[in-house]
Amino acid sequence: MYVILAVSWAIFSGPTGYISLAPAAFFGVGIYTSATLGNDLPLPIVIIIGALISACLALLVGALTLRLRGIYFAIFTFGLVELIKHLLLWYEVKFTGTRGRFVVLVDNETIYYIMLIIFVVLLITAFIIRRSKYGLALQSIGEYEEAAAHMGINVTLLKVVTFAISALFMGAAGAIMATRWTYVDPYIAFYALFSFMPVLMAILGGMGQFYGPIMGAVLIAYLEELLLTKFPYYYMLIFGIILVVAILFLPQGLAGLIQKLRWRISGGKRAHT
Amino acid sequence: MHILEGEGVTKYFGGLSAVSEVDFYVDQGEVVGLIGPNGAGKTTLFNLISAALVPKPGTIKFKGINITGMKPHKICRMGIARTFQTVKIFANMPVSDNVRIGSLFGTYQKMSPAEAVKETTELLEFVGLSKVSGVPAKDLTLANQKRLEVARALATRPELLLLDELMAGLNQTEVSESMELVKKIRDKGTTIIMIEHVMKAIMNVCDRIIVLHHGKKIAEGTPQEIVTSKTVIEVYLGEQTYAGS
Repeated sequence: MYVILAVSWAIFSGPTGYISLAPAAFFGVGIYTSATLGNDLPLPIVIIIGALISACLALLVGALTLRLRGIYFAIFTFGLVELIKHLLLWYEVKFTGTRGRFVVLVDNETIYYIMLIIFVVLLITAFIIRRSKYGLALQSIGEYEEAAAHMGINVTLLKVVTFAISALFMGAAGAIMATRWTYVDPYIAFYALFSFMPVLMAILGGMGQFYGPIMGAVLIAYLEELLLTKFPYYYMLIFGIILVVAILFLPQGLAGLIQKLRWRISGGKRAHT
Repeated sequence: MHILEGEGVTKYFGGLSAVSEVDFYVDQGEVVGLIGPNGAGKTTLFNLISAALVPKPGTIKFKGINITGMKPHKICRMGIARTFQTVKIFANMPVSDNVRIGSLFGTYQKMSPAEAVKETTELLEFVGLSKVSGVPAKDLTLANQKRLEVARALATRPELLLLDELMAGLNQTEVSESMELVKKIRDKGTTIIMIEHVMKAIMNVCDRIIVLHHGKKIAEGTPQEIVTSKTVIEVYLGEQTYAGS
């Protein structure tokens, strides 16, 4: 699940450098779609709807906010998570009289296979985007947005569409994950950590390379389980230290480290002019 | 035919007019120099032409079409390309990718990826950067970064090229190389407007010069007319009486 979040986050934020803290919002929208429609509609359709609603939300939010740069964008997207959470909470209490909802159960095997399908589709999409000319354009936006616009790239459109694609997968992941939890309320669905984790994973793994976020996500998810079982009291502390060290000493992430090693091995010839 | 025409082009920053009521035209195939003291509004005028800013009021026409208020990427695809005073290359990307982006996105007619690669190779050859095509752009010297910006702008197949201080910060040899490059681009049939402080270059290359001061156009003419113009000398050197005494 985290792998999906991290990779889809990196589709947009990796090359462009826009740090989005909205994954929890899109993930949560997926969860709630599943919670509200899960009883009435077949699962694949619920997932598709969850994904589409997330993407639509991203289109809307993206069109409004992608002119913000740097920290402002990060803060806004984080605010979005809180906004939706409280809006939903207010709605639930006011109109349905409950706080949480029960989600229709699905057996673990189905969840696993659906996750796998989403993951594979995501990987293919991410790969295609990266290799296409749009991947190049996204990178140029990250380098120098103004120059990119003057090179004939429709920066606004490209950013909003890519943002929506990344939200699409987060929504889908949310819709299927909801079925595992049986009970959700806004605090669970829009948990802020869902926003931070993908970012940390992608950074730890390294955003420069395609496999970076995957590596980061696998490693952190594993580390989390390991620390949680072995050192339940110090788990967060150790976790934090590892992250700080990683960011200080591996600014390019693990993928960057691997690249460097490769340079060393191949002799790293590099012409300076 | 006028390829570019501006009428009453004005831009205010707060209460300050950076460019005020400038009328100008550029003919097909010309090299026009844009000079003036620092803060005269030269770069602002470039920003207005390339749509980084929108003139208010005023209109700009390109090949007879009103382009005022269009988005920068549209302007670029219509055939106006530019370089920047402070180089704005895609620093961490290889030199060739910098140029390839121009070919892929900036051209009027869509180009296939293979064509774009071919065009990139040719352009790097043209500006003399073939040897370093794989190097990250940030590792180039300033002179070469400026060449790269030119190549990237040319990749969009412009009819009009805006060069913003192409020669600033370059040494003598590099300046003369840049002048050769400008002449080569002109010979390909591209119209050029250039902002420049290096007078030798302006006098050598330009067919016509426009002088801005405090956002206003104060003189216009051939290089010969400009160097003998009294107002221009006053602006640059102070009034003649002081200079003489």
